[in-house]
Amino acid sequence: MSTETKRPVTQKPKDKPAARNNGADGTGKEPPKEFAGTTPELRRELLHSMLLQRRFEERCAEAYALGKIGGFCHLYIGQEAISTGVMSMIRPDDYVITAYRDHGQALARGISPRAIMAELFGRDAGVSGGKGGSMHLFDSQTNFLGGHGIVGSHVPIAAGVGFAIKYRRGNQVCVCFIGEAAVNIGAFHEALNMASLWDLPVIFIIENNRYGMGTAISRSTANEDVLVRAKGYRMEGETVDGQDVFAVRECMTRAIERARKEKRPTLIEMKTYRFMGHSMSDAVSGTYRTKDELEENMKRDPILLLHNKMYEAGELTEGEMHKIDDEAKAIAQDAWDFADASPEPPLEKLYTDVYTDTSS
Amino acid sequence: MAVLTYRDALTQALREELQRDDRVFLMGEEVAQYNGAYKVSKGLLDEFGPMRIVDTPITELGFAGVGVGAAMVGLRPIVEFMTWNFALLALDEVVNAAAKILYMSGGQYKMPMVFRGPNGAALQLSAQHSQAWESWLAHIPGLKVCTPGTPADAKGLLKSAIRDDNPVVFLEGEMLYNVKGEVPEGEHIVPIGVAELKREGDHCSVITHGKMVLVAMKVADDLAKEGINIDVVDLRTVRPIDVDAISRSVQKTNRAVVLEEGWEICGMGSQVVDFIQRECFDDLDAPVLRVHQEDVPMPYAKNLERAAKPDAGKTIAAIKKVMYLD
Repeated sequence: MSTETKRPVTQKPKDKPAARNNGADGTGKEPPKEFAGTTPELRRELLHSMLLQRRFEERCAEAYALGKIGGFCHLYIGQEAISTGVMSMIRPDDYVITAYRDHGQALARGISPRAIMAELFGRDAGVSGGKGGSMHLFDSQTNFLGGHGIVGSHVPIAAGVGFAIKYRRGNQVCVCFIGEAAVNIGAFHEALNMASLWDLPVIFIIENNRYGMGTAISRSTANEDVLVRAKGYRMEGETVDGQDVFAVRECMTRAIERARKEKRPTLIEMKTYRFMGHSMSDAVSGTYRTKDELEENMKRDPILLLHNKMYEAGELTEGEMHKIDDEAKAIAQDAWDFADASPEPPLEKLYTDVYTDTSS
Repeated sequence: MAVLTYRDALTQALREELQRDDRVFLMGEEVAQYNGAYKVSKGLLDEFGPMRIVDTPITELGFAGVGVGAAMVGLRPIVEFMTWNFALLALDEVVNAAAKILYMSGGQYKMPMVFRGPNGAALQLSAQHSQAWESWLAHIPGLKVCTPGTPADAKGLLKSAIRDDNPVVFLEGEMLYNVKGEVPEGEHIVPIGVAELKREGDHCSVITHGKMVLVAMKVADDLAKEGINIDVVDLRTVRPIDVDAISRSVQKTNRAVVLEEGWEICGMGSQVVDFIQRECFDDLDAPVLRVHQEDVPMPYAKNLERAAKPDAGKTIAAIKKVMYLD
């Protein structure tokens, strides 16, 4: 079990908070530039979204230890600014596709925490009917196209979704989350080439958490500057601080505009850090990274960073923070209770969904 | 009935389905400007334009995945592999994505798409270009696998495949493209999963599919001259397999030879023989024999290649053996 799950995310900044500032929508002075045009309400929503993921996944770790969740279970803890920042910028009719570290993105996309937890518990009410599990969350209501378990395999699928958008002359975008270790697999390159060649509205987001399982990027990737891969395919790209939800949102503004108006893809590298092991069955630190490195990086906890900024701007008291946190914990508890009380899939469902009846 | 080549029958099916449903599109290497490596898509670019007849880079894994993504959000892609030998590079998308996403998503995302192209050996293309993959693909729940052996079945099955809401693997034959045959006029549909008794006889059943149907028909002609009359059961699709058609024939003839283009171990014939032993155990008058490619990579030299392939002579020998005539 991890140590960081016990770490308070509401650690106080050293300086005394500034006077309460209601920003542009209030009577006070202008909010800091780094808030990137967000309102205080939105900032609270972002904080809530990130805290929900954190508290939800802490319960996932607990459920895994109790055997309520089985199989592989890859936690997203430490990377929540990316899911929250990205999802807060796209429309409901846009598409999202990701790899197997998908709980945080599913929650940030607005999929029911109950349905996600029920899926992890292998229950009939799970978002994928209990047939997918942790790595295969799918939700057609929110255009959440999975949860894919083979590294890199979903990147061409994202290009195909972009192709379909172009085919129908739509103006949606497809957002594709990719781990940095996937940049060395052929599927990634094949997809980027076609996305650029054919002008497909896909936003490829590399979440660079620096480790592919236990292999550091320096040991796997000849050129650690993953952005050169964008240039290799005549694609626009940028690198941002993935621990800063505002930086994530800002670069998404540009990428979304490029996709909707110019119909061009973008590759974004978001620098982040995985606070947990690769999966629940892997060590958090040890042979492949030191505890010191982990602790150093945990100082840049994305939730802490957002909390501190809001606290310093005087728009969040400790009491309010606790209230938001308690809400997140209550939702996670409710999801647990729901999942725990839900029935397993009936045995006849073993044989359904292998094929669908053809009606067309 | 019109007489068409297998190639033209496929082109007709593609054209009719492209006209019928604007969600249908064709993508693959050389399918558009070049008119198709085997000219199956000849003229389609002019008629349907570059958004629906799409030339791809040489990137099998990539464009197979593009097909999967497009199918997930409601288009109906036809992905052409120049040959199924190249499709090995794309099997992750075929097996891990196309075949499984409906199941993994609890039924939320359908996969209405076709993967098609020539399968099996042609002439002297040697080991990497001469392989029959149907047993690999038929192994996978979630896929349907069509293996038409005649122009009429090629057209009728391809139309069914394109209209199916499941991923369909469609195995053609390079050596079949020029074969002519009668094709019914107008709307001609062959349902997936239904075999056809292509020749009737009482002495032995030959169960086969794909390119080997032609071999079986020649065998039937040759043996008829000797007074031996065989059933030729053309499976037409190898997933699902029409077990009833196999049983009906074997229960009548009491003897069976299973003929296929691929290798012996874990081949389609293994599965057919398993169905026969389960369904027709008390009907059999002889062990079931199999005819298949020799258990070697395909050699280049003409004589060696001939020796490696299943053919009429090997099939006749097997039939005579199960009839205790040799």
